[in-house]
Amino acid sequence: MEGPAIEAEGLVRVFKKTRAVDGIDLSVETGEIYGFLGPNGAGKSTTVHMLTTLLPPTAGTARVAGYDVVRQGPQVRSSIGAALQEAALDPLLTGREHLRLQASLQGLPHETRRQRADELLHRVGLSEAGDRKVKTYSGGMKRRLDLALALVHSPRILFLDEPTTGLDIQSRTALWDEVARLARDDGVTVFLTTQYLEEADVLAGRVGIIDHGHIVAEGTPEELKASVGRPTVEVVPTDPDEHERAAAIIARFGEPCGSEHGVAVRLRSSEADLAGIVRALDAENLKVEQLQLHQPSLDDVFLAKTGRSLEGAGEEEEEQSGDLAMEPV
Amino acid sequence: MLARRSVVRTLRQPAAVIAPLVFPMLLLAVNSGGLKSETQLPGFPTSSFFAFALAVPFIQGALFSTMNAGTDLARDIQTGFLNRLTLTPMRRLAVLGGQLGGVVTLGLLQAVVYLTVGLAVGVHFASGPLGVLVLGVFTLVISLAFGALGTLAALRTGSGEAVQGLFPAFFVFLFISSMNIPRNLIQITWFRDAATLNPVSYLIECVRSLIITGWDAEALALGFGIAAAIAVVGLALSSQALKVRMAR
Repeated sequence: MEGPAIEAEGLVRVFKKTRAVDGIDLSVETGEIYGFLGPNGAGKSTTVHMLTTLLPPTAGTARVAGYDVVRQGPQVRSSIGAALQEAALDPLLTGREHLRLQASLQGLPHETRRQRADELLHRVGLSEAGDRKVKTYSGGMKRRLDLALALVHSPRILFLDEPTTGLDIQSRTALWDEVARLARDDGVTVFLTTQYLEEADVLAGRVGIIDHGHIVAEGTPEELKASVGRPTVEVVPTDPDEHERAAAIIARFGEPCGSEHGVAVRLRSSEADLAGIVRALDAENLKVEQLQLHQPSLDDVFLAKTGRSLEGAGEEEEEQSGDLAMEPV
Repeated sequence: MLARRSVVRTLRQPAAVIAPLVFPMLLLAVNSGGLKSETQLPGFPTSSFFAFALAVPFIQGALFSTMNAGTDLARDIQTGFLNRLTLTPMRRLAVLGGQLGGVVTLGLLQAVVYLTVGLAVGVHFASGPLGVLVLGVFTLVISLAFGALGTLAALRTGSGEAVQGLFPAFFVFLFISSMNIPRNLIQITWFRDAATLNPVSYLIECVRSLIITGWDAEALALGFGIAAAIAVVGLALSSQALKVRMAR
């Protein structure tokens, strides 16, 4: 396969009056883990649905494994595996039955299906539960089976749509380990959507941050955090009417920046300025309810680019958009 | 494999298997007891009301096919399993056919049970062993036909609840038919006209003719023709609805 594993240019998807994806350009190299980070309703799943041919784009183009997602759908589908937001499982079938069905549907030879099912059950740690019906599985087990199903036909490109949402920390870590191994040892290209900062930070070689259907920032986690720069100090005065006075005091120590609950500055030098800020606030007799030092995080990147934090942005999107029906326009 | 999955999951849902077997038999027993004096009406085609009414469970069972096929597919849509099938090389019609495999199998199982009960009670099958085979084929066609209607409802609504909401509507079609009395003996004009226009009447009469008449070419032609037409239209519309769902 020549060229990027995944590329999109001006990708748009409109649902009735909602532009869920509003002009996305991206390029993912072979063997890369690309993290697509954004709040609920940002357009992550819609983008994945278009790249996996489940939804036709309203405008723009996309190529996956070198094939056009609109004109060469069957070729795209044979090159990819996908574990989507809902673990799409039949509660009445066992894990092993799922894998053998998937192997059959993907065209694997009859004699290899059983072996492949056994191999994948072992790989995701479900060998003992393989002959139990899926309705008896925990959330983490369902997610692992979902990942196994996506790998049945050994795809070169894997789409994972919020794979660890709702999982406990142990299950999440186990899934991260397997995803990292797939990319490292098997050279699989992984396109991972997530609303968890830590997941993008730990797993992704490069991160694209999406908000309101646009990519607002893109780069390695280190590049993105460095772009926000130095640590910030956030001050929340006890008296809400003291915001302006607090802002004036701390402005002596750095550049003012966005803050959801109080006032904040990006420090000129380092955390050493924190003591100076405390002394200055104390000297002005300004009572403080909260004072926090923030090292740059991907949430700070999101905040710098959009004026909102990732968590708050998710709740706001849910209120504004309600149920976004995945119906064709 | 998809058809096998459909069969397996149908058989693993006791309610989906028992209700289509038990409910029609209960209704048959109740009606046979309560309406047996109908056989005294001049022109009634048989002296056994049980033989007359035995045709109804075959059609009633087909209605359950509608519900089973529809709710199963709606569940696949809601859980995202249909998306999983979309991401495989499977063709649309194969996906549809696979979904209907379990429904058709259950339909044949139902037919065997109804026939066994009928023979055990002493019903004489006028068309003989060949008629039983024809009845098996007819059962297959109507299971497919009504199953296709269920899948169409599921694909258009994406909701199991919406599919189940159709059940009362289908039952109206069953009751306003020649279910309990031959059309030519219905005295109420509007009811007779409605039953004459109702395609379900001809499905019932097709089965009934094999049981109590023997070989009635007109009844067989109408029954098979209407069942086939419902199947073809249902499958065509379902295929189109599936195309929209799968966005191919």
